[in-house]
Amino acid sequence: MNREHPNLSEPKMVISLRDLRVSYGEREILHGIQFDVKAGETLVILGGSGSGKSTLLRTLVGLEKPSSGQIWINGQDIAAISDDELYEIRKKTGMSFQGSALFGSMTVGENVALPLREHTKLEDSTIEIMLRLKLEQVGLAGFEYHMPSQLSGGMKKRAAVARALSMDPEILFFDEPSAGLDPIIAAGIDQLILELKKAFRMTIIVVTHELASAFLIADRMVLIDKGNIVAIGTTEEMRTSVQPRVRQFLDRVPEPDVEGELDYLQTLTERYRRRG
Amino acid sequence: MAAENVMEVVSQLGAGVTDSLAYLGALATLGSRAAYYTFIGPFQGKQLRVQSAASQAMEVGVRALPILSLITFFIGLILALQSAYELSKLGAMNLVAKAVALSMSRELGPLITAIVVIGRSGSAFAAEIGTMKVTEEIDALEVMAINPVHFLVAPKFLAMMVMLPCLTIWANTMGILGGALFGVTQADFTLGRYMQASIESLYLRDILSGLIKSVMFGVTITAVGCLEGLSTGGGAEQVGRSTTRAVVISILLVVVVDLVFTGIFFFLGNG
Repeated sequence: MNREHPNLSEPKMVISLRDLRVSYGEREILHGIQFDVKAGETLVILGGSGSGKSTLLRTLVGLEKPSSGQIWINGQDIAAISDDELYEIRKKTGMSFQGSALFGSMTVGENVALPLREHTKLEDSTIEIMLRLKLEQVGLAGFEYHMPSQLSGGMKKRAAVARALSMDPEILFFDEPSAGLDPIIAAGIDQLILELKKAFRMTIIVVTHELASAFLIADRMVLIDKGNIVAIGTTEEMRTSVQPRVRQFLDRVPEPDVEGELDYLQTLTERYRRRG
Repeated sequence: MAAENVMEVVSQLGAGVTDSLAYLGALATLGSRAAYYTFIGPFQGKQLRVQSAASQAMEVGVRALPILSLITFFIGLILALQSAYELSKLGAMNLVAKAVALSMSRELGPLITAIVVIGRSGSAFAAEIGTMKVTEEIDALEVMAINPVHFLVAPKFLAMMVMLPCLTIWANTMGILGGALFGVTQADFTLGRYMQASIESLYLRDILSGLIKSVMFGVTITAVGCLEGLSTGGGAEQVGRSTTRAVVISILLVVVVDLVFTGIFFFLGNG
């Protein structure tokens, strides 16, 4: 099999997926996903519930192993490397989880400082300064001694972003950044992502089903449905797309009844007959 | 029909055996990975989490002392009563001390300690790690390039391997003291003579075999608790299920390990 890096001539690609397939047991969830992410761009992975978008994100960070295909991150295929090598790549990436996943037994400050304490030999005083800086970046200055349980949903999410930022990652992953937040708080998180994008020129991958948020933060979008890529393009291309599946998702048209038209007719007539 | 039923039973039996073997394999894998981070990792630049292990040891060991003391004191007293029932018929009440000392150090000290630790700590390991699994904290550790076994499991292993033998020695002592309460009040012993008789009836191998077993119990309890926690799937209700499983499977495996090691000691001629 050809395991050459597909983009050696274009070193600007940070992530390249080639024919990525992921299965849980017998059931295949992702059927050959293939796209590239350029350095510094924000890519939004859109999709409904059960589309496989979360599985795609988990595979991108190495939490799920693909059944076949390649995932090139900074020139290394993470599907084919050892755990130690994968850990080295992970030190340069950050991820904000849907439920924020802060460690409940640690303060916010300890949460943010954890990767620094684990992976660097920095002095405690330096770590202290860095964690204050990270908390300030996400608008949580002064909260380092709070426990996660004392924070609101939006603040937890911000703290999780601060933790993801602590190692100054090159790539930042977001799983449903606005899930479970009210619209105003969610808009605040969108704003935060935009600020990070502007300030650090990071490559950002966001998985979401929130259309407004997606169009606000994305440079490019990938629409996924039932484990396949339906469309990929810039926000403008997506907005003007005439592909029926894209239109259905963007215009929020409900899925037609799973039954065929004949079954539907029969249900109707039966209802009519019963009433009669 | 009968043949089909037999086939059904055999195939279910086969599936059960395969599942059990797979479970033991998973336990062994987790145990050896934790052992790697405890004994070999520190020499390869993977720092040992002494601080975390110390706080676990505090939780697993020191905090268990009051309840363990109470239970083993009573067990010692019960053993004295039960053996006196038979020994008094033979007019050999002076052997009560020996009976209590031997059965505590060889068997009941380690076993009761293990069961108390399962109830307090084995279940807590499963609940703690299970909750972290459900709230994606384990995934978060992975993504931050922090190995969950190194970070969470290894300190617990170290703490349990050190604390279970210590607790067992304490349990033996408390059991003997419980026996002494009976000896002094009902069997014409003084406390000094009772303790003297207990110590004289014990060989080092009696105590050591109990301690070796207790180390193995510690390893078993940690492996089961952590494995159940790590394999928690789905939502919060699964954490409760994992905790129950951790307790039940730990008790079963501790008794099996007990049997195996007692057998080994017996046939090695140390019995």
